[in-house]
Amino acid sequence: MKKNIFALVLTFLLAGLWAGSALAQGKTPTDDDVNAVASQLFCPVCENTPLDVCPTAACKQWRELIRLKLSEGWSETQIKEYFVAQYGARVLAEPPRQGFSWLVYIVPPILLAIGAYLVFTTLRSMRKPTPDVAQVSVGLETTVDDDDLRRVEEELKRLQ
Amino acid sequence: MTETSQPVRKGVPIWIQVIVWAALAVLMVIVALGLKRSQQGTVAPGDKIPDFTLTFFDGYTYQNQPQVNLSDLRGKVVILNFWASWCKPCEEEAALLEAAWKSYEADGKVIFIGADYVDTEPEARGYLAKFGITYPNGPDLGTKISQFFRIKGVPETYFIDANGVLQYVQIGPFSSEAQIRQIIDTILAQ
Repeated sequence: MKKNIFALVLTFLLAGLWAGSALAQGKTPTDDDVNAVASQLFCPVCENTPLDVCPTAACKQWRELIRLKLSEGWSETQIKEYFVAQYGARVLAEPPRQGFSWLVYIVPPILLAIGAYLVFTTLRSMRKPTPDVAQVSVGLETTVDDDDLRRVEEELKRLQ
Repeated sequence: MTETSQPVRKGVPIWIQVIVWAALAVLMVIVALGLKRSQQGTVAPGDKIPDFTLTFFDGYTYQNQPQVNLSDLRGKVVILNFWASWCKPCEEEAALLEAAWKSYEADGKVIFIGADYVDTEPEARGYLAKFGITYPNGPDLGTKISQFFRIKGVPETYFIDANGVLQYVQIGPFSSEAQIRQIIDTILAQ
């Protein structure tokens, strides 16, 4: 009896697994599924046009290709890799993090950091005089001795 | 008696200035190279064409091989045609190219090669079947070949002589088979 129950459970489990895989393979990708992948790719022919909004016949073909690959069970990554192999890395909306493309990720933050530093130092120097300037002005005051002061006072009296 | 001490300028450290200027210089060089490349146009007649490999679609071969290197074709005039199934002007010349290929095929001095530019394979195969194209054809994988030739669109056809030197560039479709034959015959006569 126990053996029969075990066989029955096993049969149900296997049937469930089979049905699941059949459903996954047979599932027709929706336009949203296709566009989710297409939005990460650019039209290889048109200039700067994302594949999901590109109106040309060629782009329609590529979207159908994405639909086909999705229905075959391909993952998003696999489809993107396929597009790169077929049409080059320029089809990727986000440049790959390798080789020369690293510059796209490295240069802007560096320039931003340098810019922020420059703004900070400029603002700081505008807010208060540097100690060196103060020192120079102090130095000028100490050079006026008593004789000079007396002479200036005499000159002022004469003018009055 | 006045004190003449030089005011010490406190600004951006010199090493940061050097980095900023160097980064700007590099950026400008990259932009300049990009602009130069975008304005360059296709490769010009007289240019030596470096080697490239084209892997054919299933069912197409050259000397029973599924791919061809340009260097294997030294001694022959090579007609390299860039096309795509989504390209309407390509359809205008497809039959003309096939007819021209048929007239030179037996002689063995001329080889036609089709490079399918950013296309989808089922549609490309449909196009080849529709126009009965028999000369070797394959996808330009990764657009490597078209990038070297700096093509601006399709169709474009490049005539390479027996020494691997580009002799003629046809931008846009051919108007007649006679036009294709005239260009080839001129190169063969050289």
